[in-house]
Amino acid sequence: MLQLLVGTDIPFMRYRRYAYVFSSLVLAATLVWFFVKGPRYSVDFTGGTLLQIRTNQVVHADKMRAALEAEGIQAELQQMTGESPNEYLLRFRTQADPVAQVKNAIAKHLPGVTMELRGNQTVGPKVGSDLRQKAIMAILTSLGAILLYVGIRYEFKFALGGVAALFHDVLVTLGFLMFTGREVSLTVVAALLTIAGYSINDTIVVFDRIRERSKALRKEKHSRVMDIAVNETLSRTVITAFTVFLAALALFIWGGDVLRDFSFAMLVGVVFGTYSSVFVASAMALDIWINIDRRKGVSAE
Amino acid sequence: MSRTDQGKLLGVVLVTLLSLWQLYPSYRFYTMTLAQRQAIEPAKLAQMRKRAVHLGLDLQGGMQLLLEVDKSRLSAAESKDAVERAREIINNRIDQFGVAEPLIQIEGQDRIAVQLPGLTDPERAKELIGKTALLEFKLVRSADEQRTLYQRLDSWLAARGGHSGDSTLAKTPLTGLMIDNGFFRKEDVPSAQKLLATAGIDSLIPLDTELLWGGEDEARAGMTGRAIYVLKRQPELTGGSVASAEAAVGLDNTNPGAWGVSMKMTPKGRADFARVTGNNVGRQLAIILDGVVQSAPFIRDRIPSGDASITGGSFDVNTAKDLAIVLRAGALPAPVKTLEERTVGPSLGADSIQQGLTAGIIGTVMVVAFMAIYYQLSGLVAIAALALNLLYLVAAMAYFGATLTLPGIAGIVLTVGMAVDTNVLIFERVREELRHGRSIHESVRLGYDRAFRTIFDAHSTTLISALFLFQFGTGPIKGFAVTLSIGLLANLFTAVVFTRMIYDFWLGRGKVERLSI
Repeated sequence: MLQLLVGTDIPFMRYRRYAYVFSSLVLAATLVWFFVKGPRYSVDFTGGTLLQIRTNQVVHADKMRAALEAEGIQAELQQMTGESPNEYLLRFRTQADPVAQVKNAIAKHLPGVTMELRGNQTVGPKVGSDLRQKAIMAILTSLGAILLYVGIRYEFKFALGGVAALFHDVLVTLGFLMFTGREVSLTVVAALLTIAGYSINDTIVVFDRIRERSKALRKEKHSRVMDIAVNETLSRTVITAFTVFLAALALFIWGGDVLRDFSFAMLVGVVFGTYSSVFVASAMALDIWINIDRRKGVSAE
Repeated sequence: MSRTDQGKLLGVVLVTLLSLWQLYPSYRFYTMTLAQRQAIEPAKLAQMRKRAVHLGLDLQGGMQLLLEVDKSRLSAAESKDAVERAREIINNRIDQFGVAEPLIQIEGQDRIAVQLPGLTDPERAKELIGKTALLEFKLVRSADEQRTLYQRLDSWLAARGGHSGDSTLAKTPLTGLMIDNGFFRKEDVPSAQKLLATAGIDSLIPLDTELLWGGEDEARAGMTGRAIYVLKRQPELTGGSVASAEAAVGLDNTNPGAWGVSMKMTPKGRADFARVTGNNVGRQLAIILDGVVQSAPFIRDRIPSGDASITGGSFDVNTAKDLAIVLRAGALPAPVKTLEERTVGPSLGADSIQQGLTAGIIGTVMVVAFMAIYYQLSGLVAIAALALNLLYLVAAMAYFGATLTLPGIAGIVLTVGMAVDTNVLIFERVREELRHGRSIHESVRLGYDRAFRTIFDAHSTTLISALFLFQFGTGPIKGFAVTLSIGLLANLFTAVVFTRMIYDFWLGRGKVERLSI
């Protein structure tokens, strides 16, 4: 029998202050970046056009840019790297009939170059704000529903810890997306919600064990009960995180550009979702627990 | 074997057989070559396509449009069913254009979502769908009436100044720009348009008269430019009188090689047309499409046949054919605006499938290899459960007519992760019980029982977020939510019913010394 991380006895809860500091720093960086710089939203939310074109030969980005500028086309141009340097992404804020315009500019200024339209995503400003609202609603309502479910199934202190971990994971992932200059699109929102689902799933496994153990180990300190529960579920936590990480990694490497941001978010989310089950969800539940006891005049710690 | 075990076995076998049966059409449809597809009758092929798993536009390529019907200029009665009528007309146009499996749905109050899979010329399709195609026949005002109106406009504009001195343009700002009756050189068109947009100018034009521009880049008197027409506002006939329309060559005597559209009228339209032409011999009858005068031929004689044609402009074979289609299908009750457009070229779609499959297969192989190494024989049980899980998932998608999109593939990958987690939870729990010195039977039973509550809670919360994604999500988010939800349900079934059953058989056959887990 191949076994990893069995019979460990790591005093996780003793380290929770360091974790609080670490998480606070990452969260602070995320919030500052969010409010000062703001995330890069994709056309889904800002409105505008994203064209993906492929040319029959590689044209340097500067030459392509010059051709577009000569025709008065205002676009942000990005040349793909790696296997397909003859592919370009063009972003427009407002442009009537961008495909025809770009075709015309290429035909006029780049002799011998022909283009193929790979994709066109045009979103009107009204739809953009609609989608933004829908995305925010989807995130808030699903978080609310999860809070309600956990609140009904578990005690209040657990529900609070679980949801804190949830917000933590979603925000930190958003932070990493911003730090790496990735765009927030509809697909990324889907990834964030998946992370919310994964995060709470992972947290619940630990909580379940804490609940089970706290009944059997009434005499022990709360922090000891938690450490026992976390250690007992540690092998499962790590193995699951590892397999989901493997699946997301495969998507990240081989899944193509469309899924790259999605799988990047998943990779970050899995790591932090696992970390937060212990150091945010359980740790916060523990501190709330200790506080409640103190108020009752009981000293279990 | 106990009664419940027999029931479980029957259940698993039944669900598996149903799934295979459900997936057979998909297998046949997607493994057929193009030649084989063409050899089958279209009705049968359509039937097969309907039963096969639908691929989203992001995978097979195509165009998706979200249109808004602008009802602002319609009366209350007209706007009541305007969106529904617009949907029907767009449906007719697309039918005649020839796209396999279009999907045209009304969304919300005044929006229409159009999905055109496998489309190769998105620009042309957009033109075809978005054209209002309001066809009108209006009488051009007589030369005297035109002169009177132009004089009034000129003196009004002259009084407001703009040009100083005694030049022609100062006295006759509008007609001074004209080369021919109502015709402006290309470079003068913007100034003429600016003059006609002067605030308050509308009050000078009689209520029963209107000014409309002709098409761009018209050649007249050896120059390129654009003409304006003084028309009777009330149309004599509209597109409703047109029974059929065909693209044709040689409709215009002065330009015999050019494409145009010839129209045949309905009986009522024919009678009206005969009456109008009979009463107005010698005058011009303008043919107007979406507010632009296409041509304004002189009526030489009464036309009883009801044959009319649209020529001029820059028709080529495709634009003429498309105009014929929209005229046959009828005009939209109100203009439509494109709110959202998403086009995926066929090459991008094929790449996406390729990448999605590659990533999916590699991810699955890595996970499967890990499970087999770490949990040995039990790992194989988990892998079998995973395979069934995927089978049920895809079969359920075929059954519900759900669409597989690229984010959907991501949802499947996540399902793989969740399925593995479920088994890991059970196996780790069983191992724990074994370490506590319980018997194999007892450990398996306790492992399942104790893990189940966790699994149930974990699945419920993820399912909750998936359902909200579905509820609020559009496009990619929805596709992801669908596969994830079905995957979670399938997973509960395989993990709790299927693998448990395997252990019951395994342990039921006499004494097992060591559990490979």
